[in-house]
This record gives sequence, structure tokens and C-alpha cells, in this order.
Amino acid sequence: MAPRECEICQNNRAQILRPKNHARICAPCFTALFEQEVAETIESSNLFQPGERVAIGASGGKDSTVLASVLKTLNERQKWGLDLVLLSIDEGITGYRDHSLEAVKRNAADLDLPLKIVSYQELYGWSMDQVVAQIGKKGNCTYCGVFRRQALDRGAAMLGVGHVVTGHNADDVAETVLMNLLRGDLPRLSRATSIVTSTPSAAKAKSADGKVTMTNVKRSKPMIYAYEKEIVMYAHHKKLDYFSTECIYSPEAFRGSARTLIKNLERIRPESILDVVKSGMDMARLVPQEQGAVPEEVEMTGRCGDAKESGGEMAAMERKLQQDEVAATNGIGVEIQLPRSSKNDRELGSAHAHSRETVALKAANDHPDGQNHDRDQLAPVTLPTRTKMKQKPAGRGAEKRTLPPKQKLGQCEKCGYLSSQAVCKACMLLEGLNKARPHTGIEVG
Amino acid sequence: MAEHASIPLTIEFTGGLELLFSNQRKHQVELPSSNRSPNVADLITYLCDKLMKDPRKDMFVLDGTVRPGILVLINDADWELEGQETYQLQPRDEIVFVSTLHGG
Repeated sequence: MAPRECEICQNNRAQILRPKNHARICAPCFTALFEQEVAETIESSNLFQPGERVAIGASGGKDSTVLASVLKTLNERQKWGLDLVLLSIDEGITGYRDHSLEAVKRNAADLDLPLKIVSYQELYGWSMDQVVAQIGKKGNCTYCGVFRRQALDRGAAMLGVGHVVTGHNADDVAETVLMNLLRGDLPRLSRATSIVTSTPSAAKAKSADGKVTMTNVKRSKPMIYAYEKEIVMYAHHKKLDYFSTECIYSPEAFRGSARTLIKNLERIRPESILDVVKSGMDMARLVPQEQGAVPEEVEMTGRCGDAKESGGEMAAMERKLQQDEVAATNGIGVEIQLPRSSKNDRELGSAHAHSRETVALKAANDHPDGQNHDRDQLAPVTLPTRTKMKQKPAGRGAEKRTLPPKQKLGQCEKCGYLSSQAVCKACMLLEGLNKARPHTGIEVG
Repeated sequence: MAEHASIPLTIEFTGGLELLFSNQRKHQVELPSSNRSPNVADLITYLCDKLMKDPRKDMFVLDGTVRPGILVLINDADWELEGQETYQLQPRDEIVFVSTLHGG
């Protein structure tokens, strides 16, 4: 029989088999090691400033419950001097969120941390139950993700907190890496693997009076290297109380397939989860930094019927908006050589108006308008033409690269949230919802 | 070891699994033993056939084994340290099934 003692203390019997390295250790050594590793992740990434006010995104689920407990413990032990607060979002999902909020309240009491609950109802005038009643169960997760992201930022701003931490774990990130690999969405993949995601304005100093606004909130994932299995084991051995049910609206769709793959992989080679995370991080380095990128990372932890998957819809909407902007500024893209002649110039003028993808080349008989033009081998001229963007839905990174660099972050004219468009995503979605319910509007500030 | 007519066990379901078992987390089970000592595989079969009131068997077992994502603890230790399904059950053992398949 395999040796029964803990490999670390050699004293107690081994209770846990660590997935990342097959170490056999006892529960006390495990909890200490788990906390230590999270501390190392935090300290090596310089995640926190001394005395910083940090909000913990708390859902009452296993990840955020463990995160809150570990951070509180580490804060005291490592003397980081952080001012910790729990921030919970109430999406208004009866039978799911109302129960998990009870768990968050218990957490807050157990850990003696202040708790702020922000609800979709108060922020947007719509609970998810109402959204689903309105639009059905297709695409509802997109709404929830977009709303949640803004809700977390707004909640943080209400608390005067510039930094929100979430309980994303290694399994979550590995799933996201796989999902986006399968969809060919490298930019989204790279955002998922970064331990800190901040809006560009977060890098700047806060406003002159030191106020935190909802447009400069930093996000980080301290447990990004922690295995989900170990999080559950930590909660078990520390007897932490958490809530565990699937959102009633989440379809078992694309993320579910990635999750199944990860779980099966974990069975035969558990180290793979962290390896996928690390590979994802390496792949992320290949993605060029986007200029003034919009923080459209949709807020998801784990099991939602992922908006990243119905990210197809968001992606389509975004593409359309980007293309409209490009069309407005007459975007420059693929250049095509064409023998020059006055006729060509005229025809090209009309070609622009037609917004055809590529202008006809070379021989006269190839010309779509059937026009005859000179076959003179005059000096070829490069001419602007519509880009291939519209034709091929290539990786979104490709589109971002060809965007006019003047795309920059501004503020939504309706609610003031961060957006590269005049109206932010959340407001756009709300407009759609409110058409059927005209007396509701979005709160500003 | 003397033969017992049945083996008394404490079974616990958490992480949402309790929903499959009449919403009850803890169960006291008398596992009937045949002429040989039952192991965890036998227990799982028994739980599926006799204790699970919910028809969704595949939320607990898949392809003849416990569904990936469900952790099994035998007397508070990972079952992989004890031989997984081949572990021979002893009277008054405590088996915990923890599902990790839910949001965090």
C-alpha cells in the first residue's frame, strides 16, 4: 500500500492528493500550503498596495467564499493592511440568487466583513427574471454578463473601491482558454489568462479629488492558479459554508463541453489544467496589445451559459458597430494594384460607393462593369479599397488591428460608463428591453 | 474479519448532490454484504439503485464510475489515496461525495 503519512510533516495521515504534483499531504499542511500559494501569487504579481481598499466579488459560491476567507486570513498574517469588503450582485433570479445571497450574508457575519449588495433592479430597473420573461432563455446570459460587469464596477465605485477581486480558478481559466481556442478568439483568450485586467483609465491616477469612478476599477484573480478541486477541499476542511446550485437559466452549452473536456483530462493527467492555463498565458503574449481596447470582458465565473459563447451575438454586434465606424471614416485596408487610367479612377469612385470587397484588377474584360479600359502598362497605383474585414469573420484580433487607431475610450452618453461607442453595451441592451416598457430608464451615477 | 449481515455507513452528499437524494445531506446506510466484503463500487451501485430518488443518474455516475468533478472522501481522505472503487468498506466508515460542478 502506498505510504500513508503526509509528505510534509510526516506525522499525520495523508488526506489530500494534490492534482498539480501528486503530493500526498494531510489537511493542516494542505490548508497552510494553499494559503501560502495564494499569497505567493498575490505578492509576486504585486496585486495589492498596502492599505488598499479591495472589494471581493462574493456570490456565496465556493470560489468566492474561499477567496474571502483566504484573503482575510492572509491580510492579517502577511500584514498587508488591506481594507476588505464583500460586494455581491443580485441579478434578481428567484430560486437561485436569493438563496445564495443568504450564504453571502452568513459569510460576511462569519468573517466580520462589511457587505454591499447591488441589484440589477436598482441599477437598471430590470431583474434577470424580468429580462427572461421579456426575451426568453436565448441570449439572456449575454445580458446578465454585460450587466454584471457594469454592476461590479458601479458597486465598487459606490464603495469608493478601485480594485475588485474575483474567485476565478485555474479550471475556469483553462476552460476559457479551450473555449476560445476552439472559437479562434485569441484576444478574448488573452484577456482571460491575465491575472489583472484593468481599464486603461485605471492605470491613470484617480480623479483629482481622489474619487473612484466606475470607469477606473481594476480587476484581479488571486486564485488563478488554484485548482477547483483544492478550493473545494479547502472549504471542506475549513468547514466553510457556501451555496452550490447552478443558475436556473444557464443552458449546458458550449462552456459545458469545455468543462467536460477539462474534467476528463483532469482524471488522466491532473497537471494538465495548470498546463493549459500556462499555455494560454504564453499564447496571450502573441496577441498584440490593442490600442485603447474596450474592456468588454464579460463578467463570468464558471457555470453561466457563457456570454462568451453567445459572445457570437455580442461579437456580431460589435463587429457591426466597428464596421459602421470604419465605413464612416472610409477605412483603409487591403491595397490592390491597378493599372491607372482615367476610366479606372471613375470606376473606382463608383466601386467605393458600391462597397464591394475588392476592386477588379488587371484585364479589361475582367472588369465587373464590363468597361473597356486601357491595357497600358502605366505605373501601377495603389488604391484604397474596402478591407476584407466584412467578408471573413477572422479572429477578432485581426479586426482590432485594422481598426482606425483613433478608436478611443470615452463615456457612454447615457450613463457615463466606459465605452468606445457613444452608447455603452448595457445601455444598448436596455434600450431594446425598454422598448416594451417605456417608463423605465437607466440610472445615472 | 467476521461477516456482517450488512455494513453500517454514514454517507454525506454536498455541493448540490443532495438534490438527487431527497434533498438530504446525511444518510445512514446499511449496505448489504454478500459473501465477500463490499467495496466502494458496490456502494455506488447501491446508492444509485436504492437511495437515489431522482431519475438523473448521470449527474452522479457516468460510464460506470463516479462522474468527473465529483470528489469522494473516505473517512475524510481522498479516495485516490485509499484505492478508489476497490477500497473495502469497514463498519462505521464515513463516505462523503462532494460535487464541484457548480458556479463559484
